[in-house]
Amino acid sequence: MIKRILNTAIVVFGVLLLTFLLIHLVPGDPVEVMLGESASSADRESLRAELGLNQPLLQQFGHYLSRLAHADFGQSIHTKTPIAELLESRYPATLKLALLALTIGLLIGIPLGIYSALKAGRWQDIVVTIISVRLSAMPAFWLGPVLMLIFAVWLGWLPVSGMESNASIILPALTLGFGLSAILTRMTRTSLLEVLNDDYIRTARAKGLTERVVILRHAMRAALLPIITIVGLQMGSLLAGAVITETIFSWDGIGRLLVESIEKRDYPVTQACVVVVALSYVVVNLATDTLYKLADPRVRRAS
Amino acid sequence: MMRIFSGAILGFWLVAILAGYLFAQDANAVDLKFVLHGPSLQHWFGADDLGRDILARVLTGVKVSVLVALVVTLITMFTGVLIGMLAGFYGGKTDAILMQITDVFLAFPGILLAITFAAVLGPGISNLILALSLTGWVSYARLTRGQTMSLRNRQHVQAAESLGATVPRLLFKHILPLMTSLLVVEAAYSLASVMIAEASLSFLGLGIQAPHASWGAMLRDGVRFMLVAPHYVLIVGLCLMSLILAINLGGDYLRDKLDVRRDME
Repeated sequence: MIKRILNTAIVVFGVLLLTFLLIHLVPGDPVEVMLGESASSADRESLRAELGLNQPLLQQFGHYLSRLAHADFGQSIHTKTPIAELLESRYPATLKLALLALTIGLLIGIPLGIYSALKAGRWQDIVVTIISVRLSAMPAFWLGPVLMLIFAVWLGWLPVSGMESNASIILPALTLGFGLSAILTRMTRTSLLEVLNDDYIRTARAKGLTERVVILRHAMRAALLPIITIVGLQMGSLLAGAVITETIFSWDGIGRLLVESIEKRDYPVTQACVVVVALSYVVVNLATDTLYKLADPRVRRAS
Repeated sequence: MMRIFSGAILGFWLVAILAGYLFAQDANAVDLKFVLHGPSLQHWFGADDLGRDILARVLTGVKVSVLVALVVTLITMFTGVLIGMLAGFYGGKTDAILMQITDVFLAFPGILLAITFAAVLGPGISNLILALSLTGWVSYARLTRGQTMSLRNRQHVQAAESLGATVPRLLFKHILPLMTSLLVVEAAYSLASVMIAEASLSFLGLGIQAPHASWGAMLRDGVRFMLVAPHYVLIVGLCLMSLILAINLGGDYLRDKLDVRRDME
């Protein structure tokens, strides 16, 4: 566990270093790219001083780290709003979207996976597999518009985009959740099938337990373990998928903030968004690892 | 069944790409009478917001898309395999440092890092390839490292080593050939994921720039004009979906054929 935390600390440091270096990857003069060619040289110099770009690189990095430690992300170069404020207003929206998508993914994926495993090899299983293979190959920028066309434009049941009404979250959450449910269906199926041949399942059946108890209490308990890891890893694609989905549905989360900042070449905001998303992912992965250890008695005893 | 189906789609796209080269239609030709019209005899897939033929643009778009995916897959495979073999072969400190670096790259979920690289590097095909390559090598490195670690202890490698074979010879003559089928399968899947990543970047306006046709940019325009011309986004999306699906099924076929067990993670 200590090794894991140490490893996480190094990763966090690497993430910060890489995002810090981003601004230096800009070809040419980053200040000129951000402000455009028409900016006066006084404006340029003041931005350069504000971003600390005239200091030695190592000093800049130290400064960057100490500011981050105080949750100070600097300010947007165009609107001069403190970036921490922007993040604070946008982050909850993304979190809400990701959690709802996760719930949808779990609610569809796990039951469908169990069903598919129980009918393994029969036509029901084949149909579920084909659909889930198809869905997991469906990127958000295709599934999103299709859902939008069907439910918002043709049927008119849900709002097209924006976040004015409570129902606005449904379509983006479905877009993210469907892809996740497809992966979870396949994982649950594989995981359950592996367990179903074990001795203790035969014992449980031989004891005369009902099939429902055998599957839900005995088999699923073991089969769910790998799924915890998958959910953790998939939170990453939820966060990244949110960039596209939020753009399609005009959902004012952190993904859309990232895209907007790229369009405006507001690199300090871009940098802050990337740091926050990457760090959230690191935290989620650490949490799932810990959860996994707590859930699996074999791992718990070994460590 | 699935095999014939995916073979058919792959074949269809190969023919389509070839046809795009042979009967090069001007993908930028403007036909104002047909702005945002649905499919018709003159324009089989309909026309876009500038009255350009969607079929012609899909066909030029697929060429670029496939080319970018191939180049990125080659670059990432080469660097990833090299890094993975070095880490797996030397172990110890080398391994620890290289794996720590891959862990940092893995800490950025999905295409987030590619988006960021593309954003700071600026638009254009070469920057697009660079951004996708900078982030794509990680999976190869991890895969190759694990393989190298176990293959390193095989008898034929140890025998060659005790006969004085150099490290490059051990790696490329004795270890790499045993991983080729695994790498071929991995490459097939990564071709599909690079295409999705490329389309995502172009969708966000970070990839191939107008007036050049690209599927991601066409999808974005399609979403913009969805209310008046739903055929636009639907047709382009279906094209992309079918190609991705066919490549993935092709990957499944290779995996079964080459008898590779691919870890689900």
